[in-house]
Order: sequence, then structure tokens, then C-alpha cells
Amino acid sequence: MSQSAVINAQEQTLDLRAKLKKSERAYKFKSLMLIAPLFLFVLVCFAFPIGTLLTRSVDNPDVHTALPATTSALTTWKGKTLPSELAYAALVTDLANAKENGQIGALSKRLSYEIPAYRTVISKTLRNLPDNSVASKRDALIEIDSAWGELNYWKALKQASTTFTPYFLLAALDHRIDSASGSIVKADPNQSIYVDIFARTFYIGGVVTILCLLLGFPVAYWLATLPEGKSNLLMICVLLPFWTSLIVRTAAWVVLLQSDGLINRSLLFLGVIDAPVQLVFNRTGVIIAMTHVLLPFMILPLYSVMKSIPTNYVRAAISLGAHPFVAFWRVYVPQTFAGLAAGALLTFILAIGYYVTPALVGGAADQMVSYFVAFYTNKTVNWGMASALGSLLLIATLLLYAVYGRLTNPNQAR
Amino acid sequence: MMQPYASTAEKLARFGLVTVSLLVLLFLIIPVLVIIPLSFNSSSFLTYPMDGFSLRWYEELMSSEEWRQAFKNSFLIAPAATALAMIFGTLASVGLSRGNFRFKGVIMAFLISPMIVPLVIVAVGLYFFFAKLQLLNSYIGLVLAHAMLGVPFVVITVNATLQGFNTNLSRAAASLGAPPLTVFFKVVLPLIAPGVISGGLFAFATSFDEVVVTLFLSSPSQRTLPLQMFSGIRENISPNIAAVATIMVILSVLMLLTLEVLRRRNEKLKMQQQ
Repeated sequence: MSQSAVINAQEQTLDLRAKLKKSERAYKFKSLMLIAPLFLFVLVCFAFPIGTLLTRSVDNPDVHTALPATTSALTTWKGKTLPSELAYAALVTDLANAKENGQIGALSKRLSYEIPAYRTVISKTLRNLPDNSVASKRDALIEIDSAWGELNYWKALKQASTTFTPYFLLAALDHRIDSASGSIVKADPNQSIYVDIFARTFYIGGVVTILCLLLGFPVAYWLATLPEGKSNLLMICVLLPFWTSLIVRTAAWVVLLQSDGLINRSLLFLGVIDAPVQLVFNRTGVIIAMTHVLLPFMILPLYSVMKSIPTNYVRAAISLGAHPFVAFWRVYVPQTFAGLAAGALLTFILAIGYYVTPALVGGAADQMVSYFVAFYTNKTVNWGMASALGSLLLIATLLLYAVYGRLTNPNQAR
Repeated sequence: MMQPYASTAEKLARFGLVTVSLLVLLFLIIPVLVIIPLSFNSSSFLTYPMDGFSLRWYEELMSSEEWRQAFKNSFLIAPAATALAMIFGTLASVGLSRGNFRFKGVIMAFLISPMIVPLVIVAVGLYFFFAKLQLLNSYIGLVLAHAMLGVPFVVITVNATLQGFNTNLSRAAASLGAPPLTVFFKVVLPLIAPGVISGGLFAFATSFDEVVVTLFLSSPSQRTLPLQMFSGIRENISPNIAAVATIMVILSVLMLLTLEVLRRRNEKLKMQQQ
């Protein structure tokens, strides 16, 4: 072969390779373009709002927007002695401006999180705000309310005037920063409710998951061992509730569990009880209704795993002399662990986020984290607290979801 | 499964298993069924024994402006959200199935993440976001939110159907000169239709069942059926709740039946292919 022919052939392969690369790139680009609309949609309508929620849990706009001059006057203040005359003068101007701009409500609310008495201090000061003729704003303010002569109030003001604050996240864990010492301490007992709420959420989620496991395992096993036709028919009992609206099922439980409902009447009729038992608007009702709602989420993955387990292993174990119960426990059950763990995690993840069922079937002491997120958003308009509780719940959920992903799809996680 | 030579202990165990399973299945199905007869009760008590048969609660529903509006809203928002979810979800699933590329798993996990984040978090996040965009108390906002919640189901079902899809079919069509759009509509879509439709059914059910996000994003004039039920149960649970519940159970039965038909069709197709 002549030299030119070799070069020619090489050029051709190079050319072909480039063409192939080009077409591969075009193919990949087209694939990505197909994904793009949904990706953007989920990004804008889901990821972005949740990101905003996360930043809101550390966002701290109220004080520094209402009192900008005071905030900057306090930046160099060490907190050993009372602030300079400059800071007092800035406070007077800022308060006057804030009053005009309608920022006082948010300001005194935010300051009252630090020191509850701050609310009255602010309103008292506003009523007697000194005008420009007063020589010493410091003396005038201390005259109006002695709080302005206390280091604690100024320290609290400085602490609340930062752009970002750990206040809400710490409060959601029943902690706060002590404005006097600057260290993290336990919150006052009368404000320490949040750890209890999280504990209650995980407790209810745990009990419901265990109940679903105990009730779901035998059903899934039985259905998996039945012939196809029969199991499909019985599966309706699992699938119909699964497809029935959550709100319908919750309504049904309210009807069934109320004091003159079907369950109480039957128990009275059978003589099991003498007087109606309180089954609804308490913990019992929440656990019964949530177990009912979440049970299909346990049965369905368990069933599909059990369906795929070959019967040969158990038969082999028995033929080798194992007692059938031992064979079941040591050979069959371990093969269900993947489905078991996936079902349990899914149930637990869903359970800890529940709002509707506890809100309708539970009492005040059975409300979970979700309820308080809604409560702080709609009722008290404490968005920082709502976002902090929501963020912690989200983090817990995502951690569990990561574990779930690893369990159900071990290749993908790596 | 049961061998004729099973011992007494084994027979007992089997009997126990069947009894327990049947009881659990009854526990699952009874609450769904028990509310249906109560909607035909002539008295206003939501309990058995019933006083007599009557359609008064359904008449009351039909004559109530609030409930009529709720029906209308639900049947407006759910189909729109479903259509949006089906289009976006199917496109993305087809894109995801085209060969392997980096971050495929991550993208997939991201696209289905609206399914696992607690609803209240989505609701509060959207509440802040839509407030800025002036989309609070609007139908568009609700449709977007519901579509986003339904999309993961479409992605999962269509993705599962595409796993069994023979890509040679679309290659064959393309090599015979069919343009990409024709290949999609004439070859790919008919074959993955069961997956698309069952994903759509899931998305529809999600929208039709949604309370929490709707509670945050809607004004009384956009109240959907489940939201109207939610406030009804909160205030005073009356038999017209049972009437709505009955209608919704019938709807679930219809969806379940459609899904079963689709599943059978899909299985038949798979058998034929083999």
C-alpha cells in the first residue's frame, strides 16, 4: 500500500470518528432537551420554593430593615458599656421612620422573641419619642424607659439586628443564644415545646410503622402464596383503600370511632364495655387511622418482593431436615428484608409528614410537626419559626430518603 | 403451597395466618365501604342502624352552591394538572430512557422528589413563592402545584413501561424514513400508552385527593372537593360528607378498574412480544 493511501484511510477513520461523535452529541442533546421542560418545571415550582423556605429559617430582616442607622451604629459596639450617644440618636430617627413606614409591628414582634418585655418598651418609647430639641437622646430615652439604660436590652437588639440568625433553628431545637453571655443555652422551659413535638412525630411515625409491619407481613405473605386468581381478587381489599382519597378514609374513621359510632355501639352491644370509649380526637384515633391509611404502602412492596422469592430454598431447607418453622424463619424471612426495610422506611417517611389525618382525628396533644408548620404560617404569621420547623423536617425526610434509595437501588447510589 | 402431609402444628399455623390476614383485609376494606350506606340514611345521624332509605343528602349536595363550586373546581383543576403532568412526565421519561448519561440517577431522583417531601413543606414554600408572583388564590397556581405533585407518578410508570420497550422498533421506523415526531406518535406512544395512562390516573388521583397544598394556595372560591370535605369534617360532620365520600369511592373504583384493564393489556402485549 502506498503511503498516500494509508494517510487517506486514516483521514477517513478520523472523519468517521468525528461524525460519530457529532451524531452522538446531537443524540445526547436531544435527550437532554426532552428532559429539560420537566427539569425546569420541578426546579422552579418545587426546588426554588423549598430553597426559599430553607433560607427563610435563617433570614432575619425585621430589625435591620426597621432600624438601619442603629444597626450600623452598633457594629463596632463591644457591649461592655452603654452605646454611644450616636446610637441613641440613630434609634430615635430610626423609630420615627419605622413608624411612618409601618415596620413597628414586625420590629417589636422580633425583639420580643429576644426579651418579651421589649414590646412594651418599644410602644412606650414611640408614644414619648423625643424631638430634635433634646440635647441628650440617651438621657431622654432612659427617662422614657429605664430599659434603654440596661446592657441586656442593647445586646439583644444587636443580636437581633444581624442579617442571618440561628435563632429560629435553635428555637426549633429548644435552644437559644443567651444575649448576656453569647453562648448557646437551653430555652426557657415554658418555650421548650419543639423537641417534644419532634419526639411525638417520630413516636407516632414509629408506632404506625411497626403496626403496619405486624399487620402487613402476614397479609403480604398469604397473598404471595395464593394462586394468582385468588390473590388478585383479595388484592382489591388492599388496592381499593389505596386508591380511595385520604380524606374519605379519614372521614370514615371519624364516623366509625365517634362516641356513638359503629365501633362503640358494637362493643356496647357485645357487652365488652359499659360506656362509650373515647376513640377519636386522641392518640388512639390517630394511630388507628394512620395505620389504615399507610398499610397499603407496606403491603404492596412486601408483596412484590415475596412474589419474586423462589420457593426452592425453603423446600431445600426442609428436605435437608429443617423444621418448616425454622426454614421459614431462617431461610424465607431473611430474603424479605429488602422489601421489609423499603416498606418500613417508606411508611415512616410518609407518616412523619402527615397533616390531614392528625388534624381531623387527633386532639391538641397529637398534632405533629406539619401541623405546627401550618400553624406558624397561617395563624401567628411567624414565618421564621414555620421555616425552621419545616427545614428540620425536610432534612430528616431527605436523610431517610437517601437510605431508602440505597436500599431499593444499590447500584444507583454509588 | 400446603402439602397434604403437613403436621398439625403447620396446619394450625396456616389457619392462624389465614385468619389474621383476613382480619387485616377486613380492617382495610370496611372503613371504605361502611360510609356508603350511611349516605342514603334518612336521618341526620351518621351511625347504624339506619332509619330508612333517602336521597336527601345527595339533593342537599346538589342544591348547595358551595359543594357545586367545589365539584366544578376539582373537575377543572385535576384534568388540567393531569394533562400537564402527563406531557412533561412522558417527555422527560423518554429522554431519560435514551441511553446512559452522567447524572441520570440524580436527575431521576430529583424529578421524583416532590413525591416524598412532606406536603406541608411544599405548601409553605409555594405559598411564599406564589405570593411574590401574584399566583395565590388563582387557578393557574393550583394547576401548577398539582401538576408538580403528580409528575413523579407519571415519570415512574412511564419509565417502568419504557424498560420493556424494544428500542429496535423506533430504530426500524427511523431507518425506514419516518421523522422523529412520527416515530414517537406512531410507534413509541402507542406502545407505552398503558404506562402514560396509568401515570395520568395516579396524577389525577393525587390532584383529586390533595388538601394541604390547596389549603395554603386557594381562596374560598377555589376550594376543591377534598378541601371542602376537610373543612366540613372539621366543623360538623354531616351525612352530606358521606354522600361526597361515596361519590369519591365510586370514582376510585372506576380508576382502579381502568388500571386493571391497562395492566392486563400490557401483560398481553408482553406475552405477544415474547
